[in-house]
Amino acid sequence: MSVLAEKVITRDWFKGSNHTLEGYKKNGGYEQLKRALTMQPAAITDEVKKSGLRGRGGAGFPTGLKWSFVPSLEKNTKPRYLAINADESEPGTAKDRFILENDPHLLLEGIGIACYALGAHACYIYARGEFKGPSAVLDAAIDEANKAGIFGKKLMGTDYELNVFQVRGAGAYICGEETALLESLEGKKGWPRLKPPFPAVVGLFGCPTVVNNVETIASLPRIFEKGADWFMKLGTGKSGGTRLVTLSGSVNRPGTYEVGMDTSLRELIYDPAYGQGMPEGVNVKAVIPGGSSAPVLTAEEMDVKLEFDAFKPLQSMAGSGGVMVMDDKTCIVRSLWRVARFYAEESCGQCTPCREGQPWMARIIRKIEEGRGEMSDLDTLMNVASAIAPWPPIGLGNTICALGDAGALPVQSFVTKFRKDFEEHIRLKRCPHGDQPWGHFGDFK
Amino acid sequence: MPEPLFTADEQKKFDAGIAELLSHYPSDRKSAAMLPALRLLQSIKTWLPPEGMQLVAKHLESTVEAAYEVATFYVMFHTKKPGRYVVDVCTNLACSLRGAEGMLRYLEERLHTTAGENGEKYFLRETECLASCGTAPCLQINEDHYENLDKAKVDALIAEKLK
Ligand SMILES: Cc1cc2nc3c(=O)[nH]c(=O)nc-3n(C[C@H](O)[C@H](O)[C@H](O)COP(=O)(O)O)c2cc1C
Ligand code: SF4
Ligand code: FES
Repeated sequence: MSVLAEKVITRDWFKGSNHTLEGYKKNGGYEQLKRALTMQPAAITDEVKKSGLRGRGGAGFPTGLKWSFVPSLEKNTKPRYLAINADESEPGTAKDRFILENDPHLLLEGIGIACYALGAHACYIYARGEFKGPSAVLDAAIDEANKAGIFGKKLMGTDYELNVFQVRGAGAYICGEETALLESLEGKKGWPRLKPPFPAVVGLFGCPTVVNNVETIASLPRIFEKGADWFMKLGTGKSGGTRLVTLSGSVNRPGTYEVGMDTSLRELIYDPAYGQGMPEGVNVKAVIPGGSSAPVLTAEEMDVKLEFDAFKPLQSMAGSGGVMVMDDKTCIVRSLWRVARFYAEESCGQCTPCREGQPWMARIIRKIEEGRGEMSDLDTLMNVASAIAPWPPIGLGNTICALGDAGALPVQSFVTKFRKDFEEHIRLKRCPHGDQPWGHFGDFK
Repeated sequence: MPEPLFTADEQKKFDAGIAELLSHYPSDRKSAAMLPALRLLQSIKTWLPPEGMQLVAKHLESTVEAAYEVATFYVMFHTKKPGRYVVDVCTNLACSLRGAEGMLRYLEERLHTTAGENGEKYFLRETECLASCGTAPCLQINEDHYENLDKAKVDALIAEKLK
């Protein structure tokens, strides 16, 4: 069964005026925060561990475990912070935006629960600069919560102080990387930090900090409402809950959907509840399964389930849930060029392999697309990429942050899996798709 | 005498904004407010004039060099006065699969401009994924977001929002 029996994150979207405090409360809002505040903070972290909640920002790291890396107040008396990653810039990903727009209080309630568990008295929500609309909804929600005495000196009337602020970025993909995000929150350019130390120990303003994605934290109220076991059982394998995925590209009904972890890519694309299949006359050629940094899959690899660990055998990743579909009339080389150009543009410039390698790869791919490529370019591409991060991926590149890997993996996977397409461009000395490289939906009409 | 940076109203808005922003950070971390403070300045002046950055640096007990470093790192900050309409068109993969390259060419034609050129009226440019991939193609006009676009909708935008 592919259609989700039970919605978790999207359950109350559009139900009454759920995006306002009044509407959210009518739907049962803030009851879980109230309850959490009667628990011991450590017991909350235990519940989150038990729930199998894993980070929705891309890495799928177990959330409760991450929280437990924050040193105890006896060991480290500095203030601690929660930073919410609402940078949502990974190409293909459009989900957190809808949480901010449709259910901002779900995020805020989750923030209350998380901060209390972590002993944090301040939370910064870092939203990408381009989110004018979603940020306005969130600001209004924070305002409502402050005025209603939910946040402030007395969190829900208790003696616990919690202040929540939104900070808006200004256009830099790298600020989604957690340590670049912290630098940006400190008022600097977004240059990632060397790890260790990890943010849980030395984070914002040198203090212990947890960075979590919007969707991750928005899951908390439901976990406390229905129980950690329920959440774990909803999921598959070691991943609890459901996922928001964004289906885009060449498919009949693109959009953002909440799906079960056991939904396969094929079901997502073809199921009437989701993508409704491919347009007449074309088939799937390639699928990027988890944001553009996730290694590409072929049409034969679509039975993989959207759960975090399921992608390992395919040397790819579930990432941020951005599923991009290319049909068999799409130019694979041009598709990769768009991806490579992005990483070239967004490299922060700190590490030589990434700073020099990403633009180099983009130039070579463009050259091939324009019919000026040579066979030896394919080796060069693989060599440049492998100087940034090894292929097959082992999850550890040669650079300060994972943007290096994020730019290398698409090149390596595209060239390996679709080598014929690259060779054809080189042999013909032109793009075989002529001036229609973008497949079934690619013309602007 | 050089023209003052702000009118009286603008000055009030700036001062109130800075005071509010500084209250969001620990008192020994004023410089953390750099991004929001520059955003505030840009929201008032449409760009970041040098005198404005100096002022921000002073309020944040930071340096003008630090302000410049931030202003030039992030693409949404304008260190040169931009055209009246900044039009950001996403041409990343998901949007290109839905016609974004053609949309960009169409806008170049209709607005008589070249992407990347900062003209007096239009500053049309390619931008990266705007988190609207399932509702592609999309663009932003002075930060207002429009999605699910086709030729008819772009024509309407040109008539109504890009006059
Ligand atoms: C280059 C790069 C960009 C990233 N962009 C985002 C992003 O836009 N949003 C996000 O939540 N995580 C992003 N991440 C992942 C974060 O570094 C971090 O792992 C995540 O926010 C942790 O939250 P989670 O454990 O709840 O997933 C990015 C990572 C890298 C390397
Ligand atoms: S890998 Fe790239 S983006 Fe990351 S720190 Fe190095 S140069 Fe910057
Ligand atoms: S690719 Fe254009 S919004 Fe994501």
